[in-house]
Amino acid sequence: MVDLFKLTAHELHERLVNKDVSAVEITKALFNRIDAVEQDVRCYITQTRELALAQAQATDEKIQRGDEISPLAGIPGAIKDNMCTKGIKTTCASKMLEHFVPPYDATVVERLADANAVFLGKTNMDEFAMGSSTENSAFMQTRNPWNLETVPGGSSGGSAAAVAASTAIWSLGSDTGGSIRQPASFCGTVGLKPTYGRVSRFGLVAFASSLDQIGPITKDVTDCALVMNAISGHDLKDSTSIPGNVPDFTKSLVNDVKGLKIGLPREYFVAGMNPEVEKAVRNAVAQLEKMGAQCLEISMPHTEYALTTYYIIAPAEASSNLARYDGVGFGHRAQGEDIVSMYKKTRSEGFGPEVQRRIVLGTYALSSGYYDAYYLKALKVRTLIKQDFDKAFEKVDVLLTPTSPTPAFKAGDISDPLSMYLQDVCTLPINLAGVPALSMPCGYVDGLPIGLQIIGKPLGEETILRVAYTFEQNNDYYKCLAPLGEV
Amino acid sequence: MKITPKDVAHVALLSRLEIPEDQVEKVTGQLNAILEYAEMLNKVNTDGVEPTAHVIPLSNVMREDEVEVSLARELALANAPEQDNGYFKVPKIVEG
Repeated sequence: MVDLFKLTAHELHERLVNKDVSAVEITKALFNRIDAVEQDVRCYITQTRELALAQAQATDEKIQRGDEISPLAGIPGAIKDNMCTKGIKTTCASKMLEHFVPPYDATVVERLADANAVFLGKTNMDEFAMGSSTENSAFMQTRNPWNLETVPGGSSGGSAAAVAASTAIWSLGSDTGGSIRQPASFCGTVGLKPTYGRVSRFGLVAFASSLDQIGPITKDVTDCALVMNAISGHDLKDSTSIPGNVPDFTKSLVNDVKGLKIGLPREYFVAGMNPEVEKAVRNAVAQLEKMGAQCLEISMPHTEYALTTYYIIAPAEASSNLARYDGVGFGHRAQGEDIVSMYKKTRSEGFGPEVQRRIVLGTYALSSGYYDAYYLKALKVRTLIKQDFDKAFEKVDVLLTPTSPTPAFKAGDISDPLSMYLQDVCTLPINLAGVPALSMPCGYVDGLPIGLQIIGKPLGEETILRVAYTFEQNNDYYKCLAPLGEV
Repeated sequence: MKITPKDVAHVALLSRLEIPEDQVEKVTGQLNAILEYAEMLNKVNTDGVEPTAHVIPLSNVMREDEVEVSLARELALANAPEQDNGYFKVPKIVEG
């Protein structure tokens, strides 16, 4: 019999419905897999095995009663540790929140629980989602299942590595500048950053509120659609969530791209890009063209300003959002003679270097005398970047680019902050524009996965999924598992 | 625009962060590298361009003003580093 942990959510669902296997058996298979490889990959900050078994049991009882079960019922997954889970530690991989136990669930967690999904635990990340390698975690280093010497990407590195290592069937990540897509790319999984406002941010620990978005990381495109169905939709508790009905994303799993127009923005094929990455992406484009898509090269002239714009706006918003960690209501607290020294000690002890750097940078960009020069200027350039997307989507249905200019790099190889920021050069314009984008594997270089990024119009997830599904079904990448724990 | 160690100390205070003296130089250098890079935005003509703070056309989102269940006091205080008699406890703020 095939190892259960190797299967996708939709394959496991079929087995559950056919009563070939029970949800408890699936969950225990995942525990065994975690026991076998977690020491090498280190995805989980917290494991919730008791809860997982109880949730699996509940689904088994439903099946025994003959009730219909949802597609994710009894399917074990993992949640990035910046999404609040009632009664379960939510640390943001920071000393600041090391002992924080939220008194409520994030909306996405509530919705997945309502769908009877099984929660295996909370995954490692860059502290407060600031980073591109998960090396900024205050607690541990997650490794890439494809090569344990390399990083899994970040900031949702634990979530992507868990799916790639088959220690979770699905996971949730959050994406502020590429934090779902870049780790999905490094780990050879499917990762979708939905349209801003598509998925509720209620209960997501805020980093940069105008850019943050939660999305799924899965083994294949079908599972991506299933998780999207569970978590999408308007939420009264998030004033930026988009009202209106959500489509059934599984309807977009169509193996056909005939007549679709695909744009290749030439600015995304940057100097310094790994040539194998460019080759793999161009090969994917050629394939889709052969299947009837129409491809044209286009220009998005403000792309080169996106990185700078992002690294002013995101830290500015972060400096404001992270002002709440004052040692009073929750989180770490240091002793101080007076209130200001208590604040300063608390925050300097609780936050790691990258978080402090961004708070200082953001505070500077917002401070009197510099606001117009940096923050306001960046907001105006953001408008021009967004207009590039608006204009592109007048001509094409989706845009194809690499997700990251390189495959996964070795742990410790990038220590300079600016070089690390360059990791996100292909992903962060998407957050500035608020449009959806997906990363999926499209090849390998030196045994490491290469990510293809498919960018869609606002609320254009269905078209993205259609292109992704077509590419997936005509290739074998989704069948390739990370060579981990094999003998 | 070049940021000085003095600016860093000022912004650190605004940010309520303590940057150890032996780190100020290093942080100043890193911030300058980032800000120098940021200078490239000055090349972009943004005359007459409206700023984008948010990408979706939603504003003044209101709900009905109905009383809903709120967090119980014990739960709200459960994560407090220090509490006293149903209140969050902080160091003395007012003199006298």
